[in-house]
Amino acid sequence: MQKTVVGYRKAMTGHKAVAEAMRQIEPDVVAVYPITPQSEIAEYYAEYVHNGVVRTELVPVESEHSAMSACVGAAAAGARVMTATASQGLALMVEVVYIAAGLRLPIVMALANRSLSAPINIHCDHSDAYLARDSGAIQIFAESAQEAYDYMIIAQKLAEDKRVRLPVLVNLDGFTLTHTLQVVELLPDEAVKGFVGEFEPIHPLLDVDNPSTWGAFAMPDYYFELKRAQQAGMEAAPEAFLEVQKAFSELSGRAYRGFFEAYRLEDAERAIVVMGSTAGTAKVVVDELRERGEKVGLLKVWLWRPFVREELVKLLGHLEAVAVLDRALSFGNMGALFLDVTSAFVHEDKRPVFVNYIYGLGGRDVTTDQIKRVYEELKGARPSHELRYLGLRE
Amino acid sequence: MPAVKPKSKPRPEVLPGVRHPMEKYLRTDRLPHIWCSGCGLGIALSSFLYAIEELGIDPNKVAVVSGIGCSGRFAGYVKMDSYHTTHGRAIPFAVGLKLANPDLNVVVFSGDGDLFAIGGNHFIHAARRNADITVLCVNNFNYGMTGGQLGPTTPPEARTTTSPYGNFEHPFNLVYLAASAGATYVARWTTLHARRLKESIKEALQHPGFNFIEIISPCPTNFGRRNRLRDALDEMRYYADKAVIQHGVDPAGAEVVPGKEFIVGKFVDVRKPTYLELYRKKTEELAARFG
Ligand SMILES: Cc1ncc(C[n+]2csc(CCOP(=O)(O)OP(=O)(O)O)c2C)c(N)n1
Repeated sequence: MQKTVVGYRKAMTGHKAVAEAMRQIEPDVVAVYPITPQSEIAEYYAEYVHNGVVRTELVPVESEHSAMSACVGAAAAGARVMTATASQGLALMVEVVYIAAGLRLPIVMALANRSLSAPINIHCDHSDAYLARDSGAIQIFAESAQEAYDYMIIAQKLAEDKRVRLPVLVNLDGFTLTHTLQVVELLPDEAVKGFVGEFEPIHPLLDVDNPSTWGAFAMPDYYFELKRAQQAGMEAAPEAFLEVQKAFSELSGRAYRGFFEAYRLEDAERAIVVMGSTAGTAKVVVDELRERGEKVGLLKVWLWRPFVREELVKLLGHLEAVAVLDRALSFGNMGALFLDVTSAFVHEDKRPVFVNYIYGLGGRDVTTDQIKRVYEELKGARPSHELRYLGLRE
Repeated sequence: MPAVKPKSKPRPEVLPGVRHPMEKYLRTDRLPHIWCSGCGLGIALSSFLYAIEELGIDPNKVAVVSGIGCSGRFAGYVKMDSYHTTHGRAIPFAVGLKLANPDLNVVVFSGDGDLFAIGGNHFIHAARRNADITVLCVNNFNYGMTGGQLGPTTPPEARTTTSPYGNFEHPFNLVYLAASAGATYVARWTTLHARRLKESIKEALQHPGFNFIEIISPCPTNFGRRNRLRDALDEMRYYADKAVIQHGVDPAGAEVVPGKEFIVGKFVDVRKPTYLELYRKKTEELAARFG
């Protein structure tokens, strides 16, 4: 793919990649509280601030609840705002994430995915992202440090799109992506600055000539309409996402197209649907099985909220069997991603057989052998309500 | 899939065959602990265990509650009823525990970040109510576990990972905060003052109401290293040099300022009706009225 600018490649952790994106975007305010495996993002950013590399106001708040509250305050005042957290941090923050979405504040946040307590654990799963599933925040999943970097930038522009104006969470798998060194190609600073442009707040509180009230009461007379309007922001997000993604691809030369990445899917008979870094592991398996002549493919979710059903049906409709891999339990039901994927087919006569696997909870390793087993088990799969577990000792 | 074998951990023996006298109070299967060499948490823990031993308290009647952090591991290491709460919530958990079983001696053992940043609100309210618990705060002036970031006790000009050129925020003076919020027993020691600390913990464990002890402790890995106290011995020498033992001082003036002398000792030791006493009094009053 042709690109407009020349980037530079460097080995760095996912933390650093996210911090670099933030540095280049240079928000007005960052409010953040440390938590494993996110803390280094805050530390890198603190270094930039204290070294005068960025002009951001860094607020080292006393908890994540305060972090998101400070973000909401700053964003309502008219500032461009970012933060980062993980796991329990998001759990504490989530009250205010709903408010950021309800107030249509375009706060961008990196979420270093980590499992939720109890029992306490610091390793990766997606229970934190699932917790905020219905918060009204847009959610994007990255497969690699490169994607985390790219999608932080895409997220900023998407969040601020006037049709959308919603918070965006960029998910990156804790430790697997945050703490490992990968080669990341960064764009030049001016390219990123030019790409995200100037933030134009709507009715900012600091516009003293045009006073406005934020967070006011809405009783049964108006609440419903306001929530419907918020849904309209979400409904506008897919189109805006594609536009921003396309512009970013042209700039960077990295071919991001669509809400999902379809990997060797066109002629596939069996496929896996997955989010995050496990897609990388699954691609290795797909290549290996393809060499043996097996018609397998992969669908990786980039944009999880909003979930674009039409596109999904197009990509998966021709398959015989599909395994949806959820990295969190939705207690009392099938996995949340499985429900998303299968409900997209509710009006389709022709549809694959769907199987749901829960995998990798609390950082349990996901091996290529396990992924191979999934493809194997998809052969001749029959419809069932069974919830399967990958890599669990039973 | 093959069963995951528990990691076999080497058990370091300092002197072959010699055991720590307080080992009976520890879950030795959890050892070695995660604390860095030179960390003060071990001294804080053993002071607490010696206090229990010397008071002859039945360990089955003690509950230890911790938040999250290096200090949060206390709860996991003691062989007593213990609970490791989420970050900042040790105090409300402990208050609930004490109400449900007033016979227990409920001890919150946690860090300065846990108790005064994310959990700060709980602290002032438990102190205000004179809730019947003992709070032992190991103050290492930063968030140790997450890599040494700036926290609410970080002294002016101290360097942390989030204040690389020195902290410019005002820190809390913990003993003043505790006293003004209503704590009825307030003391401060360092891990150098192990014996006095132990005596103070003994007093607190027997004192009704809300008791608070700040335990100033080295964190060579994260705090000391960045603040010219490279190893724990330097920090201990610093305490020896700068800590002034004085009792009954007004905590308002007892700030801990780097490079200056600071006061350790007992600041408050008073008696006022505790939460449980007031609660019982009210229920009895109502029972008498309504039968
Ligand atoms: C809600 C939430 N936010 C953040 C964290 C990450 N975290 C774990 S320990 C800690 C700070 C601990 O500092 P302190 O209480 O001073 O204890 P120390 O490790 O220094 O003993 C933080 C921020 C968490 N576990 N949960």
